[in-house]
Amino acid sequence: MSDDNKKDLSRRQFIEKSSVLAGGALITGGLAGCATGSTNPAASSAVFAGGSETLKLAVIGCGGRGTGAATQAMKADKGIELVAVADAFDDQAAKCVKTLTRIFGNERIKVTPETTFAGFDAFEKAIDMADVVILATPPGFRPEHFEYAVAGNKHVFMEKPLATDAYGVRRVMKAAEQAREKKLNVVVGLQRHYQPSYLEAYKRYQEGAIGEIVSGQVYWNSDGVWVRERQPGQTELEYQMRNWYYFNWLCGDHILEQHIHNIDVANWFIGAAPVGAQGMGGRQVRAGPDHGEIFDHHFVEFTYANGAVISSQCRHQPGCANMVEERFQTTTGSLYTSGSNDATLTTRAGERLYKHSGMFDPSPYQIEHDKLFASIRSGGHIDDTPHGVEATMTAIMGRMATYSGKRVSWDKALASGQRLVPDSKDLDWNGKAPVMPDAEGSYAIPTPGKTRVL
Amino acid sequence: MPTNRALILALALVGLANTPAGAEEFTAFVQPIPDSEQDISMVAVTGGSFVMGSPESETGRQDWEGPQHRVTVGDFFIGKYEINWQQYELFVYRDEDSFNSLVDPATLAGLAIDGVTGATSPYVEMSFGMGKEGFPAVNVTHYAALQYARWLSAKTGRFYRLPTEAEWEYACRAGTSTAMSFGSDAADKYAVTTDNSEEKYARTGSRDANPWGIHDMHGNVAEWTMDQFDPAFYATSPGGNPYNRPTELYPRVARGGSWAQPLEHARCAARLPSAANWKERDPQIPKSRWWLTNAPFVGFRLVSPRVQPPAAEIQRYWLEAIEDYGI
Repeated sequence: MSDDNKKDLSRRQFIEKSSVLAGGALITGGLAGCATGSTNPAASSAVFAGGSETLKLAVIGCGGRGTGAATQAMKADKGIELVAVADAFDDQAAKCVKTLTRIFGNERIKVTPETTFAGFDAFEKAIDMADVVILATPPGFRPEHFEYAVAGNKHVFMEKPLATDAYGVRRVMKAAEQAREKKLNVVVGLQRHYQPSYLEAYKRYQEGAIGEIVSGQVYWNSDGVWVRERQPGQTELEYQMRNWYYFNWLCGDHILEQHIHNIDVANWFIGAAPVGAQGMGGRQVRAGPDHGEIFDHHFVEFTYANGAVISSQCRHQPGCANMVEERFQTTTGSLYTSGSNDATLTTRAGERLYKHSGMFDPSPYQIEHDKLFASIRSGGHIDDTPHGVEATMTAIMGRMATYSGKRVSWDKALASGQRLVPDSKDLDWNGKAPVMPDAEGSYAIPTPGKTRVL
Repeated sequence: MPTNRALILALALVGLANTPAGAEEFTAFVQPIPDSEQDISMVAVTGGSFVMGSPESETGRQDWEGPQHRVTVGDFFIGKYEINWQQYELFVYRDEDSFNSLVDPATLAGLAIDGVTGATSPYVEMSFGMGKEGFPAVNVTHYAALQYARWLSAKTGRFYRLPTEAEWEYACRAGTSTAMSFGSDAADKYAVTTDNSEEKYARTGSRDANPWGIHDMHGNVAEWTMDQFDPAFYATSPGGNPYNRPTELYPRVARGGSWAQPLEHARCAARLPSAANWKERDPQIPKSRWWLTNAPFVGFRLVSPRVQPPAAEIQRYWLEAIEDYGI
């Protein structure tokens, strides 16, 4: 039988425990002096409570998803103006402004060439101008951008995942703590938490319809994503930024960047993060330097304190039996959910207790923004960072297990001193990239049994 | 959009090659898809005159199914089955494509094909767990379905496209004039709809063919036609080979109903207008031109006119992609 109180307690304990750990790690990691900005608790939320003031929005990361999130934000609240955009690349920033202007017109898209920022430090200038920010760059940059936004008392929508290494996770945890104190609204793009099919299934599971989860299988098995060809004259860093999906410091591998959704559902429904992981993975279909350094398949067993084991599969291999969904076995039945708005609860005897067929349910991507802006307007407080952090760290732990071939515990994974992402001030288009190809142009691929991850 | 899959086809002389043997006799033929083990069965449909649309007395009728009007269509071949995933994914992955494998460039010029862009790989699993092997391809945009036809034309040297609404309805009726091409109590034998679908599509050809030997015209998956949806089009429709060439992204017409709809939506005259919410869960802007995210009930089949039209006329059918800003 599920127990709300028990689950809430275990999540609170996780947050408290992790916060302590994060504090310690931050000090040893030399980040004790990280920016805190002005700290006037609740001041920022209060400004807009019940008001009709215009909310100034900035988009950090101007790709298809950043532009999409901006569109959803603008649709969510008629009183929003886009005042600034930032991207590493000026062409991306300009394209985003052009697209949004086409949709919403100059009345609401107030971005000018002076407030279209490009480069690694562009985020600071754009965030400074806004009340609400959308963080949609490759995830490697998320910790630094989130820290800066919170320090400046901004409400935040940020895409998953929240970091690509444990060092980044700890930075996000620290900033999230400050955001909570300041009552800043933070919505994380794990949209299944806003998707009616998942919410309905979760509600029924919580009510005890099929008992307690004992095992599960979560999948993101798909064809893979885009590859952008190396262009003449491109520096190594520009090439990696354009192909961010294939570099671990920027993307975190597809177990993190995509499969986080399914892993997140497991944590959410079980009500806790796993205590450890072991697994295997590799790279069979992706060959050659045009696919960077990441794997194309991972299989991980996540074990939870209550004894539940979740098998997690993710694959980027075209032509295979692909699926993106979650299945759980419970003490008295089973549970199925998928991103296609389907959800079912079934007894062990096969009787269907609930079926959600939401072919035209509203887009969860839109609901995220509807809720975020309604909360800002009403002086409410949404804080998605606990499950955002938890899911991010869980997927990173999974990657540590597949890259190393070793068992990895949650505590050791979270405390890992390995740092993949430099600060933005240390990145230079003409300088070295965090990983460099060898003389033949190939990147080092992680080797289970040899690669160190902690 | 990624451009690495873009395939630029050479332009050269005029002429047609590789026309299937027997086409002159106007009988069914099997179109092999070059460099693959796949082929597409085509049924010969002798053109003629029929009454398009439904009478006001028909159960389930929408106003936009009228007025009934007499239409004539020319001879054409139509797919015996809906295009399935194996056939469609050849176009998505293009593993077998190479310049060497294309037909004589002269043919391409004859077909007015100067370039085909390949679909991007889907972001998630697009059958939504309903199965791939032998099952109809779904969640394919109108643009993607037509580009598939263009790609197939380039590979085979024979002009393929989507059916016009008029051709589709003519082939569906198959000489009958009732709401369905089959008797009123035989739906299970001919149609996959919510009455019998068990919430998913069926393998193509799992049900009996209509009187002209064409399967799954009623239900299974709704099928793209060439036409823009205009509820008023029938009032002024031309009588000969009507085609309402699209100028807007939405709505375009899908026909035949699907596994996700009740039987009355699978009537010969039923018209399904496409809608922006067929991409409801695409989080990017602009949205994908290749994939729908909320339309596991929409697929397509191809036609090829018996008399292959001149290049200039073929060109008229190749629609440009329209960016989808999701507003």
